[in-house]
Parts: sequence; C-alpha cells; structure tokens
Amino acid sequence: MKTLRILLWGAVLIACGLFGLFGYQLTQPRDEFVQSALVGQEIPPFDLPPATEARPGLSSADLADGSPKLLNVFASWCVPCAAEAPQLEALERSGAQIVAVAIRDRPEDVDRFLELYGNPFTRIGKDDISEVQLAIGSSGVPETFVIAGDGTITYQHIGDIRPEHVPQLLEELRKAGA
Amino acid sequence: MRLFWTALLITLCAMPVAAQDTLPPAPYAYQQLEDPAQEESARVLMETLRCLKCQSQSIADSDAPMAGDMRHQVRSRIQAGESPDQVRDWLVERYGDYVSYDPKVSATTWPLFAVPVILLLFGGLMFWRRVGRKGDKV
Amino acid sequence: MIAEIGLAALWLSAALAVLQLLGGFAGARAADGIAPLSALVRPAATLQAFLCTVAFFSLVYLFAVTDLSVRLVAINSHSMKPMIFKLSGTWGNHEGSMLLWVTVMAMAGGLIAMIERRLAERTMMATLAAQAFVALGFYAFLILSSNPFERLTEVPLEGNGLNPLLQDIGLAFHPPTLYIGYVGLSVAFSFAVGALLTRAVTPDFARVMRPWVLAAWIFLTIGITAGSYWAYYELGWGGWWFWDPVENASLMPWLAATALLHSASVLAARDALRTWTIMLGVIAFSMSMLGTFLVRSGILTSVHAFAVDPERGSFILALLILYIGGALVIFALRANTIAEGERFSLVSREGALVVNNIALSAILGIVLLGTLYPLLTEAFDVRVSVGPPYFNPVGAIFFLPMIVILMVGPLLRWRKDQFRRIAKPVALVGTIGTAVLIGVAMITDIGILPLLGLALAAGLAIASFAPMYKRALRRTPLAVWGMCVAHFGVAVALFGMAADSAFQQERLVAASVGDVVEVGPWAGRLDSVNALAGQNWTAMQANMMLSYEGGAEHQARPQSRNFWTPEMETSEVALLTRWNGQLYVAVGNQGVDGRWQLRLWWKPFVTFIWYGGLLIAFGGALALVGRVIGDLRRRRYGTDADDHDEIPIDPEAQPAS
Repeated sequence: MKTLRILLWGAVLIACGLFGLFGYQLTQPRDEFVQSALVGQEIPPFDLPPATEARPGLSSADLADGSPKLLNVFASWCVPCAAEAPQLEALERSGAQIVAVAIRDRPEDVDRFLELYGNPFTRIGKDDISEVQLAIGSSGVPETFVIAGDGTITYQHIGDIRPEHVPQLLEELRKAGA
Repeated sequence: MRLFWTALLITLCAMPVAAQDTLPPAPYAYQQLEDPAQEESARVLMETLRCLKCQSQSIADSDAPMAGDMRHQVRSRIQAGESPDQVRDWLVERYGDYVSYDPKVSATTWPLFAVPVILLLFGGLMFWRRVGRKGDKV
Repeated sequence: MIAEIGLAALWLSAALAVLQLLGGFAGARAADGIAPLSALVRPAATLQAFLCTVAFFSLVYLFAVTDLSVRLVAINSHSMKPMIFKLSGTWGNHEGSMLLWVTVMAMAGGLIAMIERRLAERTMMATLAAQAFVALGFYAFLILSSNPFERLTEVPLEGNGLNPLLQDIGLAFHPPTLYIGYVGLSVAFSFAVGALLTRAVTPDFARVMRPWVLAAWIFLTIGITAGSYWAYYELGWGGWWFWDPVENASLMPWLAATALLHSASVLAARDALRTWTIMLGVIAFSMSMLGTFLVRSGILTSVHAFAVDPERGSFILALLILYIGGALVIFALRANTIAEGERFSLVSREGALVVNNIALSAILGIVLLGTLYPLLTEAFDVRVSVGPPYFNPVGAIFFLPMIVILMVGPLLRWRKDQFRRIAKPVALVGTIGTAVLIGVAMITDIGILPLLGLALAAGLAIASFAPMYKRALRRTPLAVWGMCVAHFGVAVALFGMAADSAFQQERLVAASVGDVVEVGPWAGRLDSVNALAGQNWTAMQANMMLSYEGGAEHQARPQSRNFWTPEMETSEVALLTRWNGQLYVAVGNQGVDGRWQLRLWWKPFVTFIWYGGLLIAFGGALALVGRVIGDLRRRRYGTDADDHDEIPIDPEAQPAS
C-alpha cells in the first residue's frame, strides 16, 4: 500500500507540474516563427541572377565585400512586404545598404511592386525555387537579415518591419560594423 | 482554365489566397526521381521533414510552394549522391531541430528516450513485485 | 426566439446540475444513501438530459435555417451550403462542439440515473454528485465564455461559410461518435470517484461500470476509425495517421478506456486489479479533458486545432486542475481503503491482463510525452518536432509484445495456470507467425516494423479464435464471441497498417490528355479534363480509365476543387477499391506546359485498417449486448449466477471471461 501511496502522490505532483507548464505557456505569446539557425555564421555561397532589369543580381560575394548590409527577403505577392516599404525607405535614408532576394517572382511583377512601393535596394536576386531562402534558414516573407562586412549573419528580423523596429535594425547594423 | 490558374493551391497553408506566387513549382516538387531506390529513400526522408509554413504536416503531405521547394532540395540532393542523413543535417543546420519530425538524442531531447526505458523498467518492476509477492501461493 | 430558448435550457440545466450535486452529496453522506434532497437527484439528471437536448437541437435548427442574427451561424455557415453540411456544421466549430460535449455529458448522466439500478444507493448518489460537479464546470465554460447562442446586433447579409475541408460527410459521423465515446467516459470517471468516496470498490461496482465503459469505448473506436478514414481521403495525400496532437488527444482516452475495460472485467470476474480499475477510470476521462484543453487553448500547433484562444484555455485549465487534480488527490487520500484483491500467479489470465494494462498505460505515457514534449521545450525557448519517426518505433516497443500477450492471454485460466497446458495452441500460432515472418522476409524487402506487424497480425488472427476451439459454439456466450471478434479486428487492422506501410507504391506524373499512367499493377490513361460546378464550388475534374492487371476498366474522376466563402482549394480524390487494396488518385495543378499533375498510390490492404477498427467496435457491441442480455435474464429469473460467469458448459473448460 505504501508504494501505491507514493505513486499516487507522485502522479499528483506530475499533474501539478503539467498544469504549471500549461499555465505558463498560456501566458506566452503565440510564436509561429521559425528562427534561422545560421545567425552568427557565415552566409552560404550563392549566386542569383537579377530579378529585374533595374538592379544587378545578388551573390554571396557581394555580401562579403567589407560593408555591412541589410538583406531583405521579399516577394511582390506578399502583402506585408508592401506594408514595410516605408520602413525600408527610412532605413535607406539613414544610410543602410539594403539588398534583396525576390522569392518566386516574375520580373514584371517585381517591377510593378518596386514602382508602387519604391526601390530602396541596390541589388535584387531572383530566387525562383526558394533555394537561397532555404539555404539561409529563412522560412517566409518578409524577413530581414543583418549581414556583417565579412558575410556573417548577425541578426534576423522575422515579419514585416514596423516603425518601432527601425532603431533596432540600425543598432544591429551599427554593431555589425556600419 | 483561366479560372483554374487564378485559383491557386493553398490546401492547408496559413497564407490567404492573395498572398501566393504565380511561378510554377520547382522541378522536383512533384516529380519522382528515376532511380526507384533513391526515390524511396527520398520519400522516407520527406515524410519526416516538417513543412515550415503549415500547421503541422510533413513536406510530403503539403501543397504549399515552400514545401514543394523543400522537396526539390531533398530530391536533387539525394540524386546528387547525398545520404538522407546529410540532407536532414543540412536542413537542421538552417532551421534547428524543429524542421525534423525525427528527434535525435541530444541534450534537449534525452527525456524522450529516457522515459520509454524508464517505463519498461518500471513496468517490469511492477509486474515482478506483484508476482513475487503473490507468487504461486494461492 | 429559438436561440433564447436554447440558452434558457442551458441555464436551467446548469441550475439542475447544482441541485443534482447538492442532492447527491447529501445522499452520499447518509448511511443508506437516502436524504431529503436525494430524491431529486435522478429527476434532476434526467431533466438535464432533456434540456440539453433541447438546447442542442435549437442550435441545429438555427444552423439549418441559417439564422444569421446568431453570431456562431454568421461566422461558420452560409446559406448556399448543402443542408447536410449546414446541419453537421453545428458542431464544426468550438462553441457548437462544446455544446455537443455538454449534451453528451448530460445524456450520459441522465441515462445512468434512469437505467442503472444495480449499484448501492450511496455509491450511486456519490457518482451522480461527481457527474454533476464535472458537468457544472463545463456548463459554466459554455455559458460564460463560449456561448453558442450569442446574437449579433447587426445582422450580416451572408455568413462566412464553413471550412471546405469540413464540408464532407465525415463531419456528420466523426465528431458525434467521437464525443459520445470521449465524453461518455465521464461516467467511468464519476463511478470511480463515487466508489472511492463511498469506499465501494468491489466486483459489484465493476459489473455496474463495465457496460457503460464498453458503450463509450465502442463509440470512441468508431469515432477514431471514422476520423482516420476521413483524413485519409480528404487531405489528398493518403496518410491515415500522423500522430498529430489532436489525433493523439483522441487516442489517449481510447488507450486508457481499453485498459479500463479489461481491468473492470478482471475486477468483476475475479476481484483483482481494484486499484488499476480506479486509476484507469480516472485517467480515461482525464485524458478526454486534457485533449479538449490541448485542442482549444491554442498552445499546440495542429491542422485540427479549432479554437485558438488562451483565455478560454485558462478556463479549461482551471477545470482540469479542479477535476483531475481533485480526483487524483481523492485517490491518494483514499488509497488505503481499497482492499487488496485476490491473488493470482504470473502465468494466469490476470497476469496477462496486468501485462496488457502495463503495456497500454506505457503507450499512453509515451503518446502523452511525445505530444507534450514540444510544449515543454518551448518553455526553454527550444523548438523541437516530435512525429511519426518517434511514435512508431517507440510505441512498437510496447505494442508488439502486447500483441504477443494478446495471443496467449485469452487461453489462460484464471488465477493460476501452467504454460505447458496451452503449449500446443501457442506452438501452432507461433509457427504460423514465424512462417509468415520468414516467408515475407525472404520474398520482399521491407522494414523490420512492418515485417513484425505482418507476422504478428497473422498469428493473432488465428489466436483470437483459439478460445472457440472445442467449445459448443452455439452455446458460447455472446460476450466471448465479442472478445474473439474484437481481437480479430486488432489483427485485421494491424495487417492493414503493416501491408500499406510495406507495399505501398506511389507515382507522381505530369500527364497530357491521352497519356498512359501506371502504378504497381494498375495501368490506364487520362482521357480528358473538364470543368464542373457545385453548390458552392467549381472544380477541374480529370477523367481517367484504369484497370488492374489488364482487367476491366474503371473510371476514376479526381477533382481539384475551389470553394468560395471561405476561399480554399481542396483535392477530392478518386478511390478504386478492391478486396486487396485501394487505388488512390488525386489531381493537382496544370503546369506551364499544359500537363496535369497526377498523383497515384496503390495501397495494398489499406482498407483493412478501418475494417479492423469497425470489427473491434463490433466485437465490443457483441460483448455489450451479451452482457446486457445476461444481466436482464439474471434479473428476471433471479438466478444466482455471478459474473465469472456464464455457467461453464463443459465442466473441464474454464469460464470464458
């Protein structure tokens, strides 16, 4: 009987632990984002053709040319990407160099998007089968990475950039050596 | 046909219809490898990799474009000679353990493997005690 | 008007539940179970059942007429939906399914109040009080935070529509049967708590509880089987179980209920396993409640999750703490009042059933661990995924030995037996199993798990009818037939699972009209592709003619369907079913080059999985009918035959169960 008692109170304890875990998790905001595991590591080699005639293509060598940059992963069919356009403009005005990768986009659609929302990018790579997106551990659009001068990924921002994120990104860029 | 083109595949994805691309799927998203053995090992691997944009599905069970792109990566790498483990490692390197439905023994997952062992021992112990105590003296 | 009637009925039910609780409590305290208030308990329970039914059918009516002034209807329904989906859409959402939950609970309570006469009055009062106590929490949850009858101040012109994946006949079957099973287990919970509180854990108590558990279990088996088949043909990829958190949430109560069923039988027949029976009675419904929490709180990601609302989640968590925590504490406090049961030796039917209990509980523990593990690691900011590659092999560690015991157990005698006595049938079964194992391993090249599955299924198929050997078949009790059929069903399902996993063939092809397609023994062609429209959808349909090994041609017409309100694309697969498997055909998009994406699978014996599930439920039904008839006969003729059992026809033969 004694073992039974111990077991049962053990069960009560486990139940309490579980309920505590549930209670805690209920208070946490729902985090649907998957972080890239490559933050802190060098960007993998790639070489993308231009997504539009207006800008040259993008390669990993461009990202390791000594100056830190922002890498924006976007698409013309992505609604929040349009929403973050003003913030990207603000970042560019503050001196940030921004390059982009267009995911699964036709040149005419990219052109139309840039016409509507502005073009803060110095280079735009064409990624039709999400190859580079997968290679850098990005899992959706839009996402913005801070890349240091030597090509190391130092920071990842998932989702569209809101006005309150701009100072943070500038700070990360500064930390990366801007 | 126009109607069909405009109504795109989303099935179980979180993204609304408007936010979908218009480019065709990656070459190996819906195409099997020629070598049946390679295709089989690719298939087994794909069933254990998580679709990152879906609620909870493997890339083998999803019509999301990103799942298709991931399938393309898996198949092309297997065809190029990589082993399934290498392909899985490549993805885990980028997305962490979350992308794999097959938890490997590690500092964060050891309870998953320790508990079944504990249960086995515990079950055996329970049974032995029951029997030992109440043996054949009935 | 109708909505207000429904809401009023709910409030009244809740009030009656309070009455039931107070009366039951008073009755449980009285020595003979009779107190002034206790006379109201049974009527209160019965009336609750009636009122909840009124509330439920009020909601069904509102959906049927698409009353858009009711918020739930506006969000989840649409006037152009086919009637069957309007009706079944009632429970295709959080509030409606919660109302179904509460209704089933009230009906279960009402039924035991009306029908059950075998239990000592005191224990019955305690049971009904416990039932009312649990029901109250869920009434409160429904009325206060998930009111299905809420009205909108501005009536919209049209509803949002039902998720197209749910617009299927499966919605008419799967949730109701699942809930009758799931929530029907509340009766087992209440009985267990009632027996604990009144110190009445006895064989009589087990005899009372057993048919109720059996009934709930039968429905739960059907519900899970239906859900699996529905997911199989609806989602377009041919998977029938993914160890998704919501699927696991329905499996865990089933595992506990199966163990409970067997445990209660032992308690009834042999007065052993008292503690196990109580524990399982509490655990089964606890798993149901846990499942409801996981599915509705939003803390776990799943394709099935229907409400993602932390606030509601907190409410259910409070209920969990109260009920599960409370029951476990009562159990711990009253553990020493459960007398020791009869003894038995290792080699005996009780021994086999203890192993069965341990195995099922271990599998339950593993499924629980695997389902909750990602939640645990997230608390430490680490994200992992636990899926089939974990659950399948780890579950098999306990499942496969359990099947071995299943083959041997029913042949053993109660209390004490010798292995040597059953050596012959065991040797026969073992030989067959080993022969299948070696034979299949030599001819094919399949993994170890499916191989073991096939061999064990073959062995079990024979072994499940071994208890019939040398019996007078026509005088064998129905309950024994039930046991054999149910165990045979397990073998059939296991065979289906192993065969599909091992021998499935897949073919993805981009085909133009007129092209030939082949998969496994099937060959055919894509004849044409045409556009179609339905009540609330349009589709592109591929018309194909396929034949098996050059035989007669059959038509397969998979569709890629586009719904509006809400907009979604679904795949309607075409199934060609033979005795030895199913051809599963799906059509996808048209490529730039004009070719259509076709997906074909030849799945040998996959239908056995669900036939097996239905057989298991059927076996349970036979057992239930057998027991009920036996019980009625006993009551009418007042025979003394106690439950172990069916008077042995052959004095040599041991009682069956």
